Amino acid sequence: MADIEITLASWKLVEVGRLVLIRRGPFAGKLAAIVEIVDHRRVLVDGPSAEAQKIVPRHVLPLAHATLTPFTIPQLPRAAGTGPVKKLWAKNEIDGKWAKSSFAQKTDKVERRKNLTDFERFKVLRLRKQSRYEVQKSHAKVRAAQ
Amino acid sequence: MGRLNEYQVIGRLLPSEQQPTPKLYRMRIFAPNTVVAKSRFWYFMSQLRKIKKSNGEIVSLNVITEKRPLKVKNFGIWIRYDSRSGTHNMYKEYREMSRTDAVEALYLDMAARHRTRFGSLHILKVVEITDNESLRRPYIKQLIQKDLKFPLPHRSANPGKKIFAYSRPSTFA
Repeated sequence: MADIEITLASWKLVEVGRLVLIRRGPFAGKLAAIVEIVDHRRVLVDGPSAEAQKIVPRHVLPLAHATLTPFTIPQLPRAAGTGPVKKLWAKNEIDGKWAKSSFAQKTDKVERRKNLTDFERFKVLRLRKQSRYEVQKSHAKVRAAQ
Repeated sequence: MGRLNEYQVIGRLLPSEQQPTPKLYRMRIFAPNTVVAKSRFWYFMSQLRKIKKSNGEIVSLNVITEKRPLKVKNFGIWIRYDSRSGTHNMYKEYREMSRTDAVEALYLDMAARHRTRFGSLHILKVVEITDNESLRRPYIKQLIQKDLKFPLPHRSANPGKKIFAYSRPSTFA
């Protein structure tokens, strides 16, 4: 019989220190850390980001309004105050890590594209055409070589 | 702010010639507003002492606010309620941010499990349980264990739910 390798599914867990993305309500689109688990449907979150417009005040968030992210603040003590959370947030470079994640980059791009002027949209169109043309040219070269 | 408030109601018998300074009675009452709070005060007073609204007065009424509304606490609540067939005493535990939140959860819970109405439920005592050893209910005990963690399997990432979708949602978010 062939050896079958079994690997456990790696779930993102609801745990103290887990970073969640808020998907609904007044803080939708912002990042916060789980500070304490209230019950199986709600958690206490706090998002003391360095940037003022990204701050999430400490409040109870229903898990139905959150998406778990792969990031955690390791060894965050249970029910830590906003001060210590802020310190660990900065130490673990959460803002930087999040900005580099593909979700944040994609939403950033969508946001930027939304606010373009008509002329800028035209420029995007032209640039996309140009880059596509280059790709097609290189593909054609490869095809001709075969 | 939630649906209920906690009020401190102080009342007494109307002062008379025999008793110019009647004894004061204080109650902590959970009610949606001051009108209901005063009404509940007289309801309990007439049950416990020979004081009614017609022969008494309310001396003071103020809201009790939560001291630390950003801390998760465990509450034990003792209640007495009139069911359709009799009167029962109960002890229940809730994990909430404030006393009023816990009492709100209690009213919803009792309404769901026993079809209890606001008027048929007396709250005897609401106590914050700081000592984890003295928690009794398994559901609450489960939530206070060390390094609690759990996954959220099978859920959709999309916040806006529509009735019909043109593709099956991904449930791995």
